[in-house]
Amino acid sequence: MTQAKTLYDKIWDAHVVDEAEDGTCLLYIDRHLVHEVTSPQAFEGLRTAGRPVHAPERTIATPDHNVPTDEARLKVIENEESRIQVEALAKNAAEFGVEHFGIQDQRQGIVHIVGPEQGLTLPGMTVVCGDSHTATHGAFGSLAHGIGTSEVEHVLATQTLIQKKSKNMKVEVTGKVAPGVTAKDIVLSIIGETGTGGGTGYVIEYCGEAIKALSMEGRMTVCNMAIEGGARAGLIAPDETTFDYVKGRPRAPKGEEFDRAVAWWKTLFTDQGAYFDKVVTLQGEDIAPTVTWGTSPEDTAPITGRVPKPSDFEGGKADAVARALDYMGLEPGTALLDVEIDTVFIGSCTNGRIEDLRAAAEILKGKTKKDGIRAMVVPGSGLVRAQAEEEGLAEIFIDAGFEWRMAGCSMCLGMNPDQLSPGERCASTSNRNFEGRQGYKGRTHLMSPAMAAAAALTGRLTDVRDL
Amino acid sequence: MDKFTKLDAVAAPMPLVNIDTDMIIPKQFLKTIKRSGLGVSAFMELRYDTDGNELPDFILNKPAYRAASILVTGDNFGCGSSREHAPWALLDFGIRCVISTSFADIFFNNCFKNGILPIELPQDQVDALMSDAENGANARLTIDLEAQTITRPNGETIAFDVDPFRKHCLLNGLDDIGLTLQKSDKINSFEFTLAAERSWV
Repeated sequence: MTQAKTLYDKIWDAHVVDEAEDGTCLLYIDRHLVHEVTSPQAFEGLRTAGRPVHAPERTIATPDHNVPTDEARLKVIENEESRIQVEALAKNAAEFGVEHFGIQDQRQGIVHIVGPEQGLTLPGMTVVCGDSHTATHGAFGSLAHGIGTSEVEHVLATQTLIQKKSKNMKVEVTGKVAPGVTAKDIVLSIIGETGTGGGTGYVIEYCGEAIKALSMEGRMTVCNMAIEGGARAGLIAPDETTFDYVKGRPRAPKGEEFDRAVAWWKTLFTDQGAYFDKVVTLQGEDIAPTVTWGTSPEDTAPITGRVPKPSDFEGGKADAVARALDYMGLEPGTALLDVEIDTVFIGSCTNGRIEDLRAAAEILKGKTKKDGIRAMVVPGSGLVRAQAEEEGLAEIFIDAGFEWRMAGCSMCLGMNPDQLSPGERCASTSNRNFEGRQGYKGRTHLMSPAMAAAAALTGRLTDVRDL
Repeated sequence: MDKFTKLDAVAAPMPLVNIDTDMIIPKQFLKTIKRSGLGVSAFMELRYDTDGNELPDFILNKPAYRAASILVTGDNFGCGSSREHAPWALLDFGIRCVISTSFADIFFNNCFKNGILPIELPQDQVDALMSDAENGANARLTIDLEAQTITRPNGETIAFDVDPFRKHCLLNGLDDIGLTLQKSDKINSFEFTLAAERSWV
């Protein structure tokens, strides 16, 4: 009898090109996503060494991190350094024969939204990108993780990566989550439980009834933040939900080829009795709408909770919490519901898809944001934006006093004009609340799109279940 | 890539846990299309005030540590984004070795690609090296990659693990791509099979 394998084992085994005695493998990469920030030095390296891109047809490029999200960008990008990077991507893509969704193309967007949307991300694939949120694509049961620029160059030149296998970790979320609890609340709760280092050295498979019940977009939100839990990759076994999502997408297989693909995809699950090095279980019923209070994604609490004291923690973490509370301008013991915000950001590769916009619009319909609150919605791609306009969501946002922006990473990482000012406090659907992440001295509270929309209405952190 | 063989240098203590890549190099410096020149901006928000003046309390601004080439750090160093600008900034500052109880995976990997040696040790050994590092300019450690040892100021040695392939590449300053391209036949044959068995990929 063959040994029982995890989903990760199966995908790994299907991509090993070569294995050295010490276990170092050369792993084949099926899909390489490229953006403007982590690729210029890689293309420059190829040019210097006179090397071509080995498999340009497996590579796709789009600018996302740097691009402004106002319509003026269609004429010119004002910031010179950003413009140089965006132009360098277009030039490098043309020179090396890589397909490029440029700033004028409606298919442009955040790489991790574009890949799935186009059917470029498929179950059982290996997917890499010079961006840590590549973990997103694991929602399809594809092994997807972020890489550094040297590895971007390595993949461009060889279509492989030198890798050692990670360990297997299972995160099971049992039962059903309550109404008002979303994929974002699930993943924030998981990180609160495991810590940001809990997944280091592992590939996480998310499973259990509450995970299986999620839509593809919800699954992407969960896998997106695997990296915030320390794991390079998160996986969810593909099922009918996955196949239905993939079917009919522009680059997905069609007809007989689709059927053959599904037949293989159906073999991609963890065998009964397969070994996991680490197992974490959460009860879906216990998960509440969740927000962060600190400067690490593990600093989570239910919205009904309070800001903790540094002395609630041990060792280096106590110092880190003291620093975080000072940075965040929060007093221990404050009810999270009493924390007033200045700004709302809805978007990012975590929560910039159509279902996220629908969930936020649902809360905002027929209402107006609180006076003085700055609020913006940034669709994850040009196609998401178009769809939201067609569905009437854009109108709801605009009527509620939100800015309706063009696609990009926007305020998730403050590399473009969308940034927080020092001290500005933001209810954000993004993925990182690090110091300075959304702008110098900016203060970030991570939450779901519905919770961010609710905060826009009241001007403070709000329990969406109370609306 | 510069070889890494033996390093005798000042070690700076950074006990804070979860030092993330945004702290190591803030996003505004990711707009460069070069690898060099980031050292002056390393740890920017910890190191300078809003007017760009050095904050005297920050460890690498203290006279004893300005020439540090080793960092002894809190748990989970380098978490966050995949930006290789983080090791580029450290390297450009002059850091060649980081010692911690744990590292984020992508950062750990990126270090080796740039001639920086990340060393993972148990808590008690990191604690000992942290207290060595707190001794200012006397905080010299000797890292011998061939022997896989760290020699403390008191002469005691601590052994560390390193992946044999990565050690080989660091010791010889080898470029991964060149090594992989020697296996082109295997890559081509994998692609041939892939086209036959999973044509949709």
